[in-house]
Amino acid sequence: MQVKLKVFRFNPQTNKQPHYEYFTVEAKPTERVLDCLNKIRWEQDGSLAYRMSCGHGICGSDGMTINNVSALACQKLVQNYEASKEIVVEPLSVFPIVKDLVVDLEPFFEREKSVHPSAGIVLTEAEGYGENLQTPDQRAQFDDDIKCIMCACCVSACPISQKEDPAYVGPAAIVRAHRYIFDSRIKNELERLAIMDKPHGARTCKGYFKCTQVCPKGIQITKHIFEVKRRILDELHPKQ
Amino acid sequence: MIHQYDVVIVGAGIAGLTAGLQASETCKVAVISKVYAPRSHSGSAQGGMAAALGNEEDDCWEWHMFDTVKGGDYLVDQDMAEILAREAPERVIELEHLGVPFSRNEAGKIEQRRFGGHTRNLGEAPVKRSCYASDRTGRVIMDTLYDNCLVRGVKIYNEVFVMSLLISKGKCCGVSGYALATGEPIVFHAKAVLLATGGCGRIFKTTSMSFAATGDGFAAAFNAGVALEDMEFVQFHPTGIYGLGILVSEAARAEGGILRNGKGDRFMERYASTLKDLAPRDIISRAILTEIAEGRGVEGSDYVYLDLSHLRKAMQEQKLSEVTSFVKTYLGIDATKDPIPVAPTCHYMMGGVPTDAQGRVLADGKTQSLPGLYAAGECACVSVHGANRLGTNSLVDLVVFGKRAGKDISNYVKENPLQLFPTDAESAVATKIDSLLASTGNERMGEIRSEMQRTMTQQCSVFRDNNNLKQALNKIRQLKNRFGNIGLTSKGKAFNYELEDALELENMLNLAEIIVFCALQRQESRGSHYRNDYPERDDAGWLKHTLAAKVQNGLQINYKHVTVTRFEPKARVY
Repeated sequence: MQVKLKVFRFNPQTNKQPHYEYFTVEAKPTERVLDCLNKIRWEQDGSLAYRMSCGHGICGSDGMTINNVSALACQKLVQNYEASKEIVVEPLSVFPIVKDLVVDLEPFFEREKSVHPSAGIVLTEAEGYGENLQTPDQRAQFDDDIKCIMCACCVSACPISQKEDPAYVGPAAIVRAHRYIFDSRIKNELERLAIMDKPHGARTCKGYFKCTQVCPKGIQITKHIFEVKRRILDELHPKQ
Repeated sequence: MIHQYDVVIVGAGIAGLTAGLQASETCKVAVISKVYAPRSHSGSAQGGMAAALGNEEDDCWEWHMFDTVKGGDYLVDQDMAEILAREAPERVIELEHLGVPFSRNEAGKIEQRRFGGHTRNLGEAPVKRSCYASDRTGRVIMDTLYDNCLVRGVKIYNEVFVMSLLISKGKCCGVSGYALATGEPIVFHAKAVLLATGGCGRIFKTTSMSFAATGDGFAAAFNAGVALEDMEFVQFHPTGIYGLGILVSEAARAEGGILRNGKGDRFMERYASTLKDLAPRDIISRAILTEIAEGRGVEGSDYVYLDLSHLRKAMQEQKLSEVTSFVKTYLGIDATKDPIPVAPTCHYMMGGVPTDAQGRVLADGKTQSLPGLYAAGECACVSVHGANRLGTNSLVDLVVFGKRAGKDISNYVKENPLQLFPTDAESAVATKIDSLLASTGNERMGEIRSEMQRTMTQQCSVFRDNNNLKQALNKIRQLKNRFGNIGLTSKGKAFNYELEDALELENMLNLAEIIVFCALQRQESRGSHYRNDYPERDDAGWLKHTLAAKVQNGLQINYKHVTVTRFEPKARVY
């Protein structure tokens, strides 16, 4: 079938303003939006810029805005969209646009990094030679977090990151913090909670649930942010 | 721009990060990635990491070593397989201590499960040896290493494409390439370089590998005069999602999944009566294609079914959550009810840059060292996988030999001064980029790439023969000529992915030629390399490694002996 795409274009070296370009590609309903973009770049316009790598929702490269929703282009199929209408493809929101669908993710990765205390990842010490013991239930406390692929879709969809507080650390970084805070083997939990307790930290979240709605890995992000908020309260600001 | 470090590591997957973390204890380390580091392809590894911990049942490293040797159809260097199997348990524990969230058993220990070709007591029955984290083992190991690297000050450079190794006075002293964001040359001047660049599955039409897996590290080493080892051995994983090639982890069969042909028969019983659906990958891939060739594909088509519908418990326990979500997303299939259409998909390169046990590159593949140059992971060939890698032996290879390389690099950096490096390093990159950007030929890269992928898949994959390989070699050489006449339509330098496509395609065409050429020479069948015209293994003639080096007018092939220590080659029956 013929698929029409309306694609955001911006090349700072030649364009003063962003604009949209229209492309039509031949694709099966079961093909990915990423396949459509590849057909454009490989067959029609070699200058179209977007990131990709694994093509199946594991690496997190191809986060973008598709029909106004943050998503991975490799996880969305042509048949997920109305056939009669064009698919609108734009860069992720929140981040500075570098070229076409490519955004500057350095601020995102800096915030991921900021959840680590200077001591790093400190584990309880296992007795003798062997692993730290952890029951399946303890392990389950953070099983959802480790699905995160750092695609930044959650941050792009968050109304707080978008408008209310651009300095907000963002949902992905809190999920990263949650992964270590709720890991029974980690000793320096309080240091990480203190980082999350700072201004623009976890307590900034108002529970819009937009992150949870768009997460390509189905992580219950808002729930985990609230668990961190609760833990901050219990550990750092206990009831007198 | 010129950066200076003690060591520069090319590739931010598990091998690169393991070595980087190790070396960072004493050295100033930079890790370069063509993508953002956490996008590296190690993250796609699903099933697990083999180590004879014995947490579930009796196991020992000798059994693991034997399985590795037999799995590799005896082309494995057994001294290296011994290192792999002996050091695996220690490395798993070390990863756990770094924070890797392995799945746990009721005793609170790292849980282990079965995997293809891993057995107890030298082949008696499957053994639980694979340490795992749901079906995202690679992802969580890589993320944990990445977090540890961040807090320990390893400097990471994202989106840098490495084009060449810098060699000065017979020593490797850095790498050169360009920044994807600007198209400007970038040079890393270092005492030591580690290649950890992964595989090149994108040479084939159907692959489980990422778009970034274009073999740039193989190509850089080859162009610097290093002979590549055993490149004809390419693994096709039996269960790629039909049409897409996306991996359905062997963990699905480890948890009890069954392959069925179009008649609904469990056909693996006829090909491997003991291990059945948990036989090694080369054997299952051939079995699937044989079923299809004999008319027993599903509805006469070219796929079979992987049936997981009886595995509700494993699925509820989230042991296969990625797999079930892939088939839901891409096929609309509920794996608890319906079978999954699968076919073989290009998955792993057993061959690569030859190294010793410390990850030091052997320029001629035998004894001649190239001081300062190291390789680890899929791009290296130690050789522990021989003619066919066992599932879950890849992750363990990455950490065992990544760690060893990191240690040796620390020592090397202490004892050696920084070399002067070629003064034209930056200008050579700029010249290459400018000439590609200026190209105006009428050949389209997309067509050349598609024809290469089609040729390799049709004529140089699971089943091979003289005629097809000869045709493939001619075809690839024609495509290389056509590549000389490409024209780039995108002329800007910032994030010009057409430029990157061109550099990758050039690398892939060279590697495709090497793979076909080596496959044509090897007149026997061994592991993943199966020749219809030479269907038997021939130890008298071919128990040897292939070495392919660049010479002025083409390729020069040499061979080297295989190290056999504990296990004499025997018939390979499962």
